[in-house]
Amino acid sequence: MDLTYDERYQAFRQEVQRFITEHRHLAPREIGLERPSEEQKRWQRLLIEHGYAARTIPKEYGGFGAPMDVLEQFIIADEFSTAGVSQGLSGQGIAMLVPTLLELGTEEQKKQYIPPTIRGDMVWCQGYSEPNAGSDLASLRTSARVEGDCFVINGQKIWTSSAHFSDMMFCLVRTEPDAPKHKGISYLLIPMTTPGIEVRPLMTMTGDAIFNEVFFTDVKVPVTNIVGQRGEGWKVANATLIYERGMLGDPNQTTNFYKRVVEVLQRETIAGESIMTRQPQLRERLLRLQGRVLAMRFHGLRLLTHFSRMEMPGVAMLVVKLYGTVLNHELAALAIDAMGELGTLYDKDPMLRDDGIWQRWYMFSLGLIIGGGTSQIQKNIISERGLGMPREPRTPEEIAASTAKQPQS
Amino acid sequence: MEFGLSEDDRLLQDSVVRFLTTEVPLDRVRELAAADTQKAGFDSALWQGLADLGVLGLVVPERFGGSGQGFFLAALVSEALGGVVAPAPYVGTSAATWALLLGGSAAQQEQALPEIVKGKRRYALALAETVAPRQDAALRLQGNTLHGESLCLIDALPATHILAATSDGMLGVVEQGAAGLAMRPMQTIDRTRSWGLMQANGVSWEPLGGDMPRDQLLRRTLAAARVLLAADTLGAAQTMLDKAVAYAKERKQFSRVIASFQAVKHMCAEMVTELEPARSLLWYAAHAQDHVVEEADLMACLAKAHLGDIGREIARSATEVHGGMGFTDLVGLHYWFKRIGMDRQLLGGPELTREEAARLQHFVQ
Ligand SMILES: Cc1cc2nc3c(=O)[nH]c(=O)nc-3n(C[C@H](O)[C@H](O)[C@H](O)COP(=O)(O)OP(=O)(O)OC[C@H]3O[C@@H](n4cnc5c(N)ncnc54)[C@H](O)[C@@H]3O)c2cc1C
Repeated sequence: MDLTYDERYQAFRQEVQRFITEHRHLAPREIGLERPSEEQKRWQRLLIEHGYAARTIPKEYGGFGAPMDVLEQFIIADEFSTAGVSQGLSGQGIAMLVPTLLELGTEEQKKQYIPPTIRGDMVWCQGYSEPNAGSDLASLRTSARVEGDCFVINGQKIWTSSAHFSDMMFCLVRTEPDAPKHKGISYLLIPMTTPGIEVRPLMTMTGDAIFNEVFFTDVKVPVTNIVGQRGEGWKVANATLIYERGMLGDPNQTTNFYKRVVEVLQRETIAGESIMTRQPQLRERLLRLQGRVLAMRFHGLRLLTHFSRMEMPGVAMLVVKLYGTVLNHELAALAIDAMGELGTLYDKDPMLRDDGIWQRWYMFSLGLIIGGGTSQIQKNIISERGLGMPREPRTPEEIAASTAKQPQS
Repeated sequence: MEFGLSEDDRLLQDSVVRFLTTEVPLDRVRELAAADTQKAGFDSALWQGLADLGVLGLVVPERFGGSGQGFFLAALVSEALGGVVAPAPYVGTSAATWALLLGGSAAQQEQALPEIVKGKRRYALALAETVAPRQDAALRLQGNTLHGESLCLIDALPATHILAATSDGMLGVVEQGAAGLAMRPMQTIDRTRSWGLMQANGVSWEPLGGDMPRDQLLRRTLAAARVLLAADTLGAAQTMLDKAVAYAKERKQFSRVIASFQAVKHMCAEMVTELEPARSLLWYAAHAQDHVVEEADLMACLAKAHLGDIGREIARSATEVHGGMGFTDLVGLHYWFKRIGMDRQLLGGPELTREEAARLQHFVQ
């Protein structure tokens, strides 16, 4: 253990701090669940120019072009998050598509898509889930057949976040209907303005329409819009799922969230006395969560060290999504309980606390427990890949074999 | 920045684990646990072996015969001992070593530390009353001698000395067998270590004579002991999880290994999902003891509470995975179960230490 930073990193940290102090007045308040505003895009460009966003993306694709250094990445995230200043745009295009293209895209694809995506000019949605293919994603049925130099796509996607304001979709479709389930899938890039695409917003429990159903009727895209080879879409998609799960367990965000819960317990009162001193049961819950938040934070540092040593962290990595998403949900739940009846206020009630973030977070974090691989799917992965326990049956043959073994009732 | 084990840490950890795996087979644990309470919880050959490995001098400076490598390694050793439910008075001796380093006079250090490193001096801890006095127990000074009672001494009988706190929080040392001292074994669920009740009737007591203020010394000593207990739980819980996974891969029901049942897989996944981040928390708490001193106390409280809770959950689930076999004496899983149960209560259970953490952060007065 050595938690000190050598001079180079200390200097780097100071540089980041200086940037934040000098430019924070330009930072947009919050990056919301909408298309990036002009202000946000300006901030994003400034961040890229100084290497605080798109840091390791090569210059020829519009990035800053620094070599990969996990400690630098960590220091940037740490400083921005401590200062409460926006770290620029996120979203599925930047977090998932760009890394995938860098790894598996053609030169033309990288040149065409990465620069506008990291600047926020091109917004992406992820078209994976279907009504009958959620956890069992590989059973998806949206089809693409080749006609001349085009794929012709028919079918339906669901739960597609941001589709209603996206320019492009990265999408999984079945191109080889006769191949085994996991081998017949391809990964396509589809402009959302293509004729034959219909987007219908789905209202969520938060009352926002953050995701959608997307219908495809004879939608034509050029065959060059494929990433990887035909039939290899499953592999390509799995490359991006790793990035998504990394994104869903951010210790900095959880730490900030915890600090705000502390404020709620100190600020909210019953009969004039703060909840923190008046309700030892809630205080105990807070301290219990503090232990978990710290565990998650230090766990993040431990993983960081593994990555910087180029080691595989093994099971320690696999638990992050499950641990982090449940923790966020519990933090929001505690803040709500501390407010009691007033914790249920919503929408635009004049007594609303903190712009209503607590109920929204409580519900939204439940969405994140489900999205990106449910908690149960995470537990399958942890026990199988992390602990070497037998795999769930996946292919039709395995499933038939396993159900045949069940005793008849 | 390196958050994790260095190459040297790993070498030490491997050598300790290897040593313990051969020296502390389950049969040896059983044998000592079955012995009468006067002998339970101490294997003198094992202790000498630990001394020979240099494990008792990890925090002791070289001029006193130790290697001065720091508290983090001591926590790794405690974890390894918990992993095999070793009958060794390590927590008591290590916490007392820490107290002597922080708060002993030069003469006291010179006298005690080299003996500790060699395995000749072992310490029990009579600190329970500074956290939560039960049954009105208390140790008081009258003149220069100690009077009163202390319960649940950690590592009571194998000790040659006792680190005892007065009810107003002053730390000092009593010799085992001193005139006026009566030590009676206490029977607890955990027979892999030794527990005792001490009665003092005018016992001579030597206060630690260093410069650190009394309150601070007590808090830092408690913090060290709590981290060591939490590490012991971590090691024991890891072994229980490993045993559960291994058993699940072997045991067959309904013509298949039980590890193929999703209910069993998910229990194991939940255990490891708790255990791995808890390990990271424990590492930090251990590191903080000598590197982030301003957080030493807070992190010890939170780590002790957290490991206490998840340790209990894992002890239960891992036993359940073993079915009826887990409940029997045959596989000996209960030694780990009970060790974790004991660690949880010592020097403050989760709620008590969290309340301390709340006060340290000024959440309450
Ligand atoms: C907020 C949010 C945003 C989303 N955004 C997108 C997006 O942008 N793009 C996109 O493509 N998708 C998106 N999704 C969809 C998401 O990936 C799926 O909802 C998720 O994978 C679960 O699939 P499902 O909804 O069909 O549930 P199901 O798979 O039907 O699961 C129902 C229940 O059964 C359990 N279950 C299923 N299979 C197993 C198994 N093998 N073992 C144990 N339990 C099992 C699940 O854990 C769950 O509890 C989003 C979802 C949410 C909630």
